[in-house]
Amino acid sequence: MSTEGLSHHISSRYNADLERLRSSVLEMGGLVERQLTQAIGGITEPDARVMVRVAQEELRVNQLERSIDEDCSRILATRGPTASDLRLIITILKTITDLERIGDEGEKVAAIAARLALRERPHNRYRELRNLGELVTGMVHDTLDAFARFDTKLALEVLRRDRTVDEEYESIHRQNITFMMEDPRSIRRALDVMWVVRSLERIGDHAKNICEYLIYLVLGKDVRHTKIDEIEKELLAPRG
Amino acid sequence: MEQLVRNKPPESDPAGFMPVSDIDTGVIPIRTSGRGMLQVAVDETRRTAALKAPVKARAEALDFFYGDLKALKNLNMDIREKQVTALIGPSGCGKTTFLRCFNRMHDLTPGTRYEGRIMLLPEEINLVARNIDPIEVRMRIGMVFQKPNPFPKSIFENVAYGLRIRGVRSQIRIQEEVEKALRGAALWDEVKDRLPNSALSLSGGQQQRLCIARALATSPEMLLFDEPTSALDPIATARIEELIAALREQVTVLIVTHNMQQAARVSDYTAFMYLGELIEFDETSRIFTNPGQKATEDYITGRYG
Repeated sequence: MSTEGLSHHISSRYNADLERLRSSVLEMGGLVERQLTQAIGGITEPDARVMVRVAQEELRVNQLERSIDEDCSRILATRGPTASDLRLIITILKTITDLERIGDEGEKVAAIAARLALRERPHNRYRELRNLGELVTGMVHDTLDAFARFDTKLALEVLRRDRTVDEEYESIHRQNITFMMEDPRSIRRALDVMWVVRSLERIGDHAKNICEYLIYLVLGKDVRHTKIDEIEKELLAPRG
Repeated sequence: MEQLVRNKPPESDPAGFMPVSDIDTGVIPIRTSGRGMLQVAVDETRRTAALKAPVKARAEALDFFYGDLKALKNLNMDIREKQVTALIGPSGCGKTTFLRCFNRMHDLTPGTRYEGRIMLLPEEINLVARNIDPIEVRMRIGMVFQKPNPFPKSIFENVAYGLRIRGVRSQIRIQEEVEKALRGAALWDEVKDRLPNSALSLSGGQQQRLCIARALATSPEMLLFDEPTSALDPIATARIEELIAALREQVTVLIVTHNMQQAARVSDYTAFMYLGELIEFDETSRIFTNPGQKATEDYITGRYG
């Protein structure tokens, strides 16, 4: 299925409903992405106000989540969507939960960023966090792109990146254990760093979930809890 | 090629067929259409039974003509025993024409002609063959129409009618069978005290259930429903749908409906027809969440192709 298929219903109000729903999800995604960028920016460039700004976006994100939820219930009740329309509604209902959680994790990162800003910074200025942050933000960005275009290839590519996130997570984890053993005074900071890394890793997982929903939406195949190679095979295989 | 494969339901395995005895427990299994993410609530026992059900009737290269108009084009389709198969498609696609072939309703329309076969299994009787008596076919395959059409007789006589035609003489036997059929149609409790009253005194939903009881009285193997709820309110509709779910413990059901949600709710298999052809035939859960053909998708989601 493709995005243009949304607008081919006999009922023009149905078309409008689905189209509005889709753009609301993209708007919500855009806000969450901005929250995330700001939060990570707050770590590399110390900024005590980052928390306030991220929290402001949060209000709008929550509002959108509620209204999208409501629209989905209304469409389910009044239209009895089937096939790709049904998959779209289900996908959206699940996607906004993951988006909202990405926003929550972003807020946690921002809160720690504000705390770290008040403290002495390490020589590398949290380069490892910036790298991981960029990787994860890229995943969220591309996930939203894939969603906007119903692009399963891009979704698969995002799924692949999750492994790199896990590797980065591992390596930062080890590095911080070393810091803590060398100098117990760094424990506090190292723990904060670990919280951030943990949040970023979770965000990657949420992006991954959305990509899996998207594959279900477009191809009708459930690829959750499936190894990446098998997903690729599924994507290439004719529908079965 | 792929379409050919998909049009064919999984092979039957008569030896391994295990009827699900929901009727014993009196519990109608929860059925929701779905696969993939929706699969959670599918009753797996029911599903397995559906896959293993033997074929009850099989359309083979069936063509049907109204004069020069070819209304059905080379239909090939298996109807599974004690399963509900829904026929959907836009008006004029031939679904009702196809349904009516099963009990020879076209015989009285001049200029109509069948080609190909509809085999009733296991005896391998060709339902549309000239040498097969339509009355005999209708005893084995009952039909319920869009509008309830009880005879202008008493409630009792409506149900007893088929038995009398069949030559049943014993009053006791007729009384037993009428009660059984009315119970089977979930109508007994509502009419048991007014059996001699006119059938026309019943409400629309009750009349429709009376027609189902009338069809059940001759112990048919198959029941055909032609949009059975299109003239009924939502409550009467829900009753008929419940009834169809219960009926498939005893009979094979073939139903034509314009209500997509109804097809999704009541049937195990769904066939989508368009311009006299069978476009797609598959498990209902599949048709309504992830159909294989674009034409099917466009139709069930309310798109123009």
